[in-house]
Amino acid sequence: MVLPDHEIAHRGRDYAAATPATDIKAVPVRHPGRWIGAAAVAVALAMLAHTIATNPRFQWGVVGQYFSSSSILMGLVRTIELTVMAMLIGILLGIVLAVMRLSPNKVLSTTSWAYIWFFRGTPLLVQLIFWYNLSALFPTLSIGIPFGPGFVSGSANAFITTYVAAILGLGLNEGAYMAEIVRAGILSVDEGQIEAAYSLGMRRSQVMWRIVLPQAMKVIIPPTGNQTIGMLKSSSLVSVISVPELLFTAQIIYTRTYQTIPLLIVASLWYLAVTTVLTVGQFYVERHFAKGGSRRLPLTPLQSLRRKLGEQVKGKSNDPRFTH
Amino acid sequence: MCRVVDVRKCFGSQEILRGVSLEVKTGEVVCILGPSGSGKTTLLRCINHLEKIDSGQVWVAGRLVGYREHKGRLHELPENEIALRRADIGMVFQKFNLFAHMTVLENLALAPVLVRRQKRGIVEARAKELLERVGLAGKGDSYPSQLSGGQQQRVAIARALAMEPKLLLFDEPTSALDPELVSEVLNVMKQLAGDGYTMIVVTHEIGFAREAADSIVFMDDGVVVEQGSPHEVIFNPKQERTQAFLSKVL
Ligand SMILES: Nc1ncnc2c1ncn2[C@@H]1O[C@H](COP(=O)(O)OP(=O)(O)O)[C@@H](O)[C@H]1O
Ligand SMILES: [Mg+2]
Repeated sequence: MVLPDHEIAHRGRDYAAATPATDIKAVPVRHPGRWIGAAAVAVALAMLAHTIATNPRFQWGVVGQYFSSSSILMGLVRTIELTVMAMLIGILLGIVLAVMRLSPNKVLSTTSWAYIWFFRGTPLLVQLIFWYNLSALFPTLSIGIPFGPGFVSGSANAFITTYVAAILGLGLNEGAYMAEIVRAGILSVDEGQIEAAYSLGMRRSQVMWRIVLPQAMKVIIPPTGNQTIGMLKSSSLVSVISVPELLFTAQIIYTRTYQTIPLLIVASLWYLAVTTVLTVGQFYVERHFAKGGSRRLPLTPLQSLRRKLGEQVKGKSNDPRFTH
Repeated sequence: MCRVVDVRKCFGSQEILRGVSLEVKTGEVVCILGPSGSGKTTLLRCINHLEKIDSGQVWVAGRLVGYREHKGRLHELPENEIALRRADIGMVFQKFNLFAHMTVLENLALAPVLVRRQKRGIVEARAKELLERVGLAGKGDSYPSQLSGGQQQRVAIARALAMEPKLLLFDEPTSALDPELVSEVLNVMKQLAGDGYTMIVVTHEIGFAREAADSIVFMDDGVVVEQGSPHEVIFNPKQERTQAFLSKVL
């Protein structure tokens, strides 16, 4: 008969009790070099902070005046919209392209390869201007039977507003990069997982959505976070096609008032703020998809705060491996 | 239950299976022995169509695997039918291959719900019974990485059983285990053999084969060299190659 596991665990416990643990008490090694280095860097940082704060040409007053002005905030919202929409398109397209690329069907895999080749191989700026000028190539767009009659048609300018051109340009370009990230994620999943899923009678699409992609996420998330932060800033490129996002709004203001530096500082502070929020978001998304992994999860700030408080109450440091 | 007729399989120019025939009756346990590289894994993979055979036939539960015969011609089955027939054949792997992102219970419940479209409540109740049967009651919420190798392999067996398979394939189920964990898996397998499951077991555990097998097949270099009762093949092997192999593993 098979021994139940709690029984086995119980038998093993006697060994642990037999070896008493003693705390190691030793004088830690001193590092004078580190102290000198840290002091030098601290002085340099203090000098930098001092000039930035006291140089009147930074015009901090102007920065404060525009930081939460309604036009800047509207630009910020546009930037966030563009980033979210373009990343959504990019991620979905990336998944489709990656699955196509790994398909046994040669037509699909070659098409995907060519797409990635083209969109990674031409500058994003050129692509944006291209989408903006699409109506020059195709004055009318229509939906209908391929090579047959169209049901709905209209002028390209009506469909492709500058905003749509911006989202398309950013999203389609992002799809090419996301495709490679997703492909790397898919390839990182152990072959045995796929084999086991097939042997249970699952179909190709079920294996992909239920087994492969969820496990690929662990590999896909970190670079996707990176891409999202990159997209936040690439979205400023659409200022060339006059989409009023954060940077373009700042530009409009400073061409009028000539307060170039303070307005660029305003925009940069907002980019930094959103990047910070995204970084925190990435931490939690990574934790979510790390479930089932053998590596210990990093603590959330709340958890480590609780732990610190708990330690102070008990008045001694606990080995983190044994507390939960 | 399972009939393999003159199956051949090549990888590139190399012929890995060179005309293998095999018959397993309902409720029988057949153990396949043989040196590494002799084509044992490939044969199991051909039986549930994870690998396409080049010639010959594989029958499971009275039906051709991967094909349908119609007016004297073979037609390849569409993907969803291949998948449905595969669902009747359970497979247990050397490296367990539990779904790492799912709990033990989710591992067991996934395919019955997704493939067989059974109700989640019923499936989970049965999954818990199966866990008890393999000695892992109460481990349903653990992730595979939190279990020992022996426990993982027992979960893998329970996962195969959850599909109520007609045939169970085992590919060296204890080869990746620490020696002290081998017996807990073999005990479960002996129980299954006693319960009347039809099993094909590739193994190097001669003791298990002697005790649980109804018949033993010795394979080498892509062919079945010798086949018979455990007594015949293990204690009185007729072929020189079988004798040489057994003298190394016994
Ligand atoms: N997918 C494959 N492609 C090419 N060669 C393979 C593949 N799978 C197995 N082989 C080869 O087939 C031979 C038999 O392999 P296998 O069936 O795994 O043997 P066994 O399980 O008896 O050790 C080995 O030489 C192996 O290299
Ligand atoms: Mg093998």
